[in-house]
Amino acid sequence: MTALLEVSNLARTYDVRRGRWPFARLATLHAVDGVSFELPAGRTLGLVGESGCGKTTTAKLVLGLLPASGGEVRVGGEALPAAHSPHWRALRRRMQMVYQDPLGALDRRLSVGRQVMEPLVIHGAGSTAERRDKALAMLDAVGLAQHHFDRFPHELSGGQRQRIVLARALILDPQLLVCDEPISALDVSIQAQVVNLLLALQQKLGLAYLFISHDLRMVRQVSHEVAVMYLGRIVEQGDPDRLFATPAHPYTQALVSAIPTHGRARKRRIVLPGEPPNPVDRPAGCAFHPRCPHAVERCRIETPALRLLADGRRAACHLAEQIA
Amino acid sequence: MDVKGGVRRFFEASPPLTLLALAWIAFMVIVAFGADFLAPYSFTALDLRARLHPPVFMGGKWAHALGSDELGRDVLSRLVMSIRLSLLIAFFGTMIAAAFGTAMGFVAAHFRGKVEAVILMLIDFQASMPFLIIALAVLAFFGNNLVLFVMLMGLNSWERYARIARGLTLSANEQGYAAAVRQLGASNLRVYGLHVLPNIASTLIVSMTITFPETILLESGLSFLGLGVQPPLTSLGNMVGYGREYLTRAPWIMLSPAAVIVLSTLSISIVGDWLRDRLDPTLR
Repeated sequence: MTALLEVSNLARTYDVRRGRWPFARLATLHAVDGVSFELPAGRTLGLVGESGCGKTTTAKLVLGLLPASGGEVRVGGEALPAAHSPHWRALRRRMQMVYQDPLGALDRRLSVGRQVMEPLVIHGAGSTAERRDKALAMLDAVGLAQHHFDRFPHELSGGQRQRIVLARALILDPQLLVCDEPISALDVSIQAQVVNLLLALQQKLGLAYLFISHDLRMVRQVSHEVAVMYLGRIVEQGDPDRLFATPAHPYTQALVSAIPTHGRARKRRIVLPGEPPNPVDRPAGCAFHPRCPHAVERCRIETPALRLLADGRRAACHLAEQIA
Repeated sequence: MDVKGGVRRFFEASPPLTLLALAWIAFMVIVAFGADFLAPYSFTALDLRARLHPPVFMGGKWAHALGSDELGRDVLSRLVMSIRLSLLIAFFGTMIAAAFGTAMGFVAAHFRGKVEAVILMLIDFQASMPFLIIALAVLAFFGNNLVLFVMLMGLNSWERYARIARGLTLSANEQGYAAAVRQLGASNLRVYGLHVLPNIASTLIVSMTITFPETILLESGLSFLGLGVQPPLTSLGNMVGYGREYLTRAPWIMLSPAAVIVLSTLSISIVGDWLRDRLDPTLR
């Protein structure tokens, strides 16, 4: 069986200038560098990592909103068509996006109902009455009332706005939803509501999620599989419970140790020295070695590949067995 | 009590000065449309026996309510026709500038890269040249006719709309509603026509209220210099220009068109200020 979404060796580079002078030397920035994963239908892949590690770029590449510099994205076994081609438009019915900032993603001059119906209008589905019925049903499915149909986005709360974004994304019955930090702009109390809604919708509609977040606890709660990114590469990937309980990669260890815990069982927190390096100046060998407490000579020279460990996880670390 | 509250709310929403400005603009529009009926004489009719008659408020007769000029033409009739022509030029000039500028802004923001660089260069070029000089050069080379003149007025200040439209479109395209709608598979026409344009329209309309008086003043300036509207046609600036020669003997010839210019530009600016507050969706 082929997975709903197959991503192999995906890369995206940008040409940037070093410094501000017009004739400054050009350099290549590797925003995403050889990312591969599979996402079966109805499952959730969590993508975590710090700001600037390439999570959002990966999301845009997967949806075809950015052209990839290398590698391939296959949806249902077919290669992703060029952006904004008719074929790409048709594919929008199968994959949709949920945004971090719901107010920014909604047109504040249009009523909620018109925005929820808009995908149907764009894809020419149904008559006006059918669209209206479907939009009302979808508002109900995401937990909004009928009277929200004629409201405007700025009259609603943050959680309600995110529900509208969800309703708009779901009205075409997609199979894959790419959620780019869907909850990080929301209050903590509303985060849980939206996450529960996402889980309930997955149960009901059999959706697959690519769930991007830096909130590790939320990722653990929703994901069937987790991939940790560092500087444009996946450094560890596997079952969330195992990955968070016994992280194999030193970067994952540091991330996990930073999760706030309650009670006395608190482990020592690993504080990484320094800042994440500039992706233009990727360190040679393992990109993480300048900050890694376990780094040895080999890490400075040889780039570790993402390899399968004994327990079915994957990690990109030469010393994974010794550390874990 | 309720009526009183209603009246107060009405005046809070639209202050008296704004109402006066709106009334003046409405009056100007009526004059422009009804010019043929309102003018007591033909604006070119000579009456050499009634040359340089003073207006009523300076001791003249009602036959020429605003006086007559050096050829005995009725100032009121000429004023009415001038208002029509000046408003026409300013209106179409502003419309052309807004439409062209906004389109250029959209094109720049949509294609980015080289196209954007060229448009930005044009914008900088336009912004760095005094438009009066460009206008003088064009009119000197191509001669003068009304259509060319209106087009030229339209070229004035297009760069402002282009800048506004480009900036706002870029931000909408990058991380916002336009990107979201495009991601849904919407066509460019839909994204720009149905989403971006309505969202940036308030900003554009407000800058139109700034351009409009400028166009009137530019038209007046060029006509005053003799390069704008050519006789026998008459415009407000044209009247001021020819009235200048009789400034000491018959100040009323240029007084009334000058007053109309001042009041109209002021009114439109006041209404523009008020509109900016009204059209901002976050203030509603």
